Amino acid sequence: MNTSFHFYTQMHLIELLRIKAKNPVEILEGLKKVPTSSIYYHTHRFLQQHHYLSPEPPNDFAYWITEVLGLEELGESLAGVDTVSFKNLEELRAEYIKILTNYISKGKHIIDCEDGEEFYFMGCKTFVLPTPYFAHNLKEFIEILNKISINSLYFHMFEARMRLKRDENDFANWFRNMGEKKLAKDLLRLDPYNVTLEGLREDIINLVRKYAKH
Amino acid sequence: MLNINDYAVIVGQDIIDELHILGQKLQEKTVQNINSTAVGGGVAEILTRMVPLLRQLGVNARWDVMKGNEKFFNITKKFHNALHGVNEDISSDDLRYFLEVNRENAEEINSFDDIVFIHDPQPIALIEKKKDIGKKWVWRCHIDFTDPQPDIMNFLKSYIEKYDSAVFSAPAFSKDISIPQILISPSIDPLSDKNKELMPEMVDSVLVRLGIDKDRPIVTQISRFDYLKDPLGVIEVYKKVKKYIDIQLVLAGGGATDDPEGMKVLEGVRSKAADDRDIHVILLPPSSDIEINALQRASTVILQKSLKEGFGLTVSEALWKAKPVIASAVGGIPLQIKHKYSGILSHSIDGTSHYLKQLLNEPEYAQKLGINGKEHIKNNFLITRHIRDYLLLFISLYHEEDVIYL
Repeated sequence: MNTSFHFYTQMHLIELLRIKAKNPVEILEGLKKVPTSSIYYHTHRFLQQHHYLSPEPPNDFAYWITEVLGLEELGESLAGVDTVSFKNLEELRAEYIKILTNYISKGKHIIDCEDGEEFYFMGCKTFVLPTPYFAHNLKEFIEILNKISINSLYFHMFEARMRLKRDENDFANWFRNMGEKKLAKDLLRLDPYNVTLEGLREDIINLVRKYAKH
Repeated sequence: MLNINDYAVIVGQDIIDELHILGQKLQEKTVQNINSTAVGGGVAEILTRMVPLLRQLGVNARWDVMKGNEKFFNITKKFHNALHGVNEDISSDDLRYFLEVNRENAEEINSFDDIVFIHDPQPIALIEKKKDIGKKWVWRCHIDFTDPQPDIMNFLKSYIEKYDSAVFSAPAFSKDISIPQILISPSIDPLSDKNKELMPEMVDSVLVRLGIDKDRPIVTQISRFDYLKDPLGVIEVYKKVKKYIDIQLVLAGGGATDDPEGMKVLEGVRSKAADDRDIHVILLPPSSDIEINALQRASTVILQKSLKEGFGLTVSEALWKAKPVIASAVGGIPLQIKHKYSGILSHSIDGTSHYLKQLLNEPEYAQKLGINGKEHIKNNFLITRHIRDYLLLFISLYHEEDVIYL
C-alpha cells in the first residue's frame, strides 16, 4: 500500500456577486441567498488573506459588523461562532442566520453604514493543484510542512474538510492510516480557526515532532 | 530585464513555484492583451511588466495596441469623464465614430489569440469580432466605475455583456451585468524605483535636498494636487496636531503643470500653508519615483485623506514600506487596510487628527500597524498576486465548476 502523503495546493479567484448590504437586515437577506462559495469566502478566505494577524478577526461578517457598524455585541456573537464544530457550509450559514435573526427580532435600532462602506458579498472559484512534494514518513512530513506555501497548509487543513466535505482534515486522515491514531486525535483537538496560519504551521510541526521521535 | 525569480526573495520561492505550476497549465493557450496606448498611464505600465513575466512562466502572451486618431481619443476621453460621473455631451456621431475605429482595428488586427484580454473602454467594441471567430474574451476595467453616467454605461453594457467575463478592481465598481464579474485588485511592483529598498544615505540626501528635518516627525501625503485628495483637509489635520507635537507636513505630488484645476489646487494649498516653514508643499516632476520612495520611507506616519479614490495604490506603496497609514475609507482603500489591524481608516479631519496624535504618541502600536500592513501588501497587493489572479482567470474561462482540479 502506498502510504505517502501528496501535498496539494489551492488558490482562489474572487467573484463579485452584485449583492451588497448596509445594515444587519441586509446582511441577513444576503446570507440567505448567496451560494455556499460565498459563505466559504467570507468565513475562510479572510483567514488566509490575513494569516499574519493575531487570530482575530475571525470572519468578514464579524469584522464588518464590529468595525464598520460599531455593533460590538452582535459582532462578538458572530465572531464566537465555533466554525470547527460545523460539518458543512450550509450548517454554518444557518448559524449566522440564526444569530442575525435573533438580533433583529429583538427590535434593536438598525443603523446603516456610511456610504461607500457597504458589505459586498463575494464568492470564489477554488483551484486545486498538485505540488511536487510527497512525504513517506513523519520526518519528511515535517520537512515539507516547513517549506510548502500557506496555501497548501490551508488546503489540507480547511478546504478538504469544510468545502470538499471530507470528515476530517487531510493530515489527520493520513496519520490515522499510518497507524498514528493518537497523533491524528491530538491534531483534531487543535482549533485551526483560532491561530494564525503561521502559528498553525508551527503548532502542527511541534506536535508531529513529538511523534516523529518515537 | 525583470525576472520572475527575482521576486522569490520577497514573496518566497513557494509562491513563485506555484506561479510556474499555473503557467504550465496554460502552455497550450495564447493570450493577447489589447489596450489603447503603449506608453504612459497605469495600464501600459502594468502590461510592460506583466507580459514578459507571463512569458517567463510559459504563457504565450503578447500585447497589441489599437490605433486611433485625435478625434477618437477625444471621444474616449469624454467616455472616461462620463464614467467618472461627469456630465459629458456624447453625441450619436461620437458613438458611431467610436465603433467605426473599433471595426477598423478589428480588421487590421486580423489574428486573435485563444484568449483576448481587452483593457478599458477604448477597444471594448472589438468584441463584435467574437461572433465570427469565437475564442474567449475578457474585458478588464481599470477605472473607477462607481458612479457612471447612465447613457454611457448602457452603451458600454451592451458590449460588456458579450464578453465571457469582466474584471473589476474593487467590489464597488461591479455593475448589474449578466456575465461573471471577477475581482482582481491592482498591484505594486516591489522591485520598481518607487518601491525598491533604498540605502539610508539616499533617503537622507532627498530630505536634505528638499529641506526636511529628519530628526522631527514627518507626516506625509503623496498625491497629485487635486481637491478629491483633500490636501487642504490634511493641512487642517496638521494644524490640530501641531499644537501638541512638533511635526512636519509633506504634501508631495505631481500632475499640476498642464492641468488648470491642479494649478488652482496647488495655489490654494500654498496659500493655506502660508509661511509655515514646517509645511513642505512639493510639486514633483514626472519620473520622481525615487523621491517618492524616499519621502515615504522617511515618514513617521503617512496619510491618504482622499474624499474619493479609485483604488488608491499610494496606500499599498506606503504600507509596503511598513509605515503606519491613516486613510479615508473610500474606493479600494478598505481592501488595503483593515481598521486597527493593518492601518487606520478615518472619516473626518477630527478623526484623522485624533488617530495621528495617537500613532505619534504610541510608536510601538504604530510600528505594529506598519508591520501588519506590510505583510498584508506582501500577501495581497504585489505584482506576483496580480499575475496569479490573471493566470487563474485565464484557466477559469475553460471551467464552469466552483472547485477546479488541475
